[in-house]
Amino acid sequence: MKDDKERIVITGVGLTSPNGNTLGEFRANLLNGVSGIVPYNIRYFGDTFAGLCTYDATKYQKRKEIRIGTRAGSISIYCVCEALADAGVELGRDYAKDRTGVFVGITEHGNVETEGQVYEISQYNYDTKYWSHYHNPRSVANNPAGEVTVNLGITGPHYTIGAACAAGNLGIVQGVQQILLGEVDVALSGGVSESPHTFGIFAAFANQTALAHHEDATKASRPFDRDRNGIVISEGGAMVVLERLDRAKARGAKIYGEVAGWCYNSDASDTVLPNSERQAECIRRAIERAGLQPKDIHIVNTHATGTPAGDIKECDALRAVFDETCNETYFNNTKSYIGHCMGAAAALELAGNLPAFDDKIVHPTINIDNLDPACALRNLVCNKPVKVDKVDAILNNSFGMMGINCVLVVTRYEA
Amino acid sequence: MSREEIYKALIEIVTDINPDEDWTQLKMDDPLRGKLESMDFLDVVMELRKRYGVEVPEADYGKLSTLNACVDYLFPKLNK
Repeated sequence: MKDDKERIVITGVGLTSPNGNTLGEFRANLLNGVSGIVPYNIRYFGDTFAGLCTYDATKYQKRKEIRIGTRAGSISIYCVCEALADAGVELGRDYAKDRTGVFVGITEHGNVETEGQVYEISQYNYDTKYWSHYHNPRSVANNPAGEVTVNLGITGPHYTIGAACAAGNLGIVQGVQQILLGEVDVALSGGVSESPHTFGIFAAFANQTALAHHEDATKASRPFDRDRNGIVISEGGAMVVLERLDRAKARGAKIYGEVAGWCYNSDASDTVLPNSERQAECIRRAIERAGLQPKDIHIVNTHATGTPAGDIKECDALRAVFDETCNETYFNNTKSYIGHCMGAAAALELAGNLPAFDDKIVHPTINIDNLDPACALRNLVCNKPVKVDKVDAILNNSFGMMGINCVLVVTRYEA
Repeated sequence: MSREEIYKALIEIVTDINPDEDWTQLKMDDPLRGKLESMDFLDVVMELRKRYGVEVPEADYGKLSTLNACVDYLFPKLNK
């Protein structure tokens, strides 16, 4: 048994998703089948769908701060402040600000600013005199994490972790590792996305024939359904408070779960197409690291994005790991509600499942009208929640372009 | 533009730049530096360029120290 000082627990969750601005609201909508996808129009590209957040940025930021910052920075600030409040952590009282770290997973950053400025100067015959002097601080890769430190006066380390759509999990892993290394005492970790605010990602996925289309926005994101046709681009964020178990217990913190195992690896096979073998390897190692066997995992939150090929690849990987002995392992998917929140996806999807440790309900995958036989995982929870006997371990998949995989195992904390 | 119109244009610009400040309390001869940071000041220059086509060379930045000074400086430029 590990010493409490070597066990890292989640004690606070702050999030904004297309269908909820608090964990309670998000969870309720996941259990009630409420999609957050809406019709959306963006310049150059035109009509499409997106998942957009409606959090109140002025809750934690001055209006000037919002104006000169970025959407990703604002989402990060909101999520971190909500997570700290949820954890009951007051920086400066419970943890020194120079022993606090901010680690934000991102799929990309700077595209929104650059595209916006190119558009701006296009209104002035491309005269660069009209290019904003805020472009550099807005577009540096550490911007979303840096805005958090400026807002909260945190003087410990901050940086972003660029890991495509696996970034949300990697942000959490980074926080765990920084605490275990003794670099920080508390980590504010997770991932964010501002992706819908630039046309490029829509155009690229469309030209890759991987952008979802459907007559009903709320049904466009449909992983595992026979008629799925691509991804819905979304924004969002989820940041968690990570502490050593001994410190969390000492201050009587509510504990959502323990980050018990993780693994990250690379496909090394294709820039876009996933690799089932490397995914399975990543899943197995994360489970082993948690000291568990596949049958001990009770919820697997899939990464599936709704692309015809990608969903099947993940199912192949899952079948290779979770055999017939895994009777109590249930599978679900969160993107069917909120689309693909890119850098935020993994952290948001994990957050949406954490309450299952208490309520023992597996939220379903919605929008499955005709289950694709190639995706018919045993115990795939379709359209309606399932009440289960126990939830002791959640496995959270995340995979990204350039073949980055990151899998997290979070276990129930027993006092 | 009249001096009054220039004043109103300036208040509109600085309010957009820093909406958290109550600009109605700023007196015509109060220093702008107290309410505008250096990056904000660059925003004022940018907005004058975008909205009114007025160029303020760096050498003239010191001439925009108060609202009164701004109106004095901009009046001839906006009435050419």
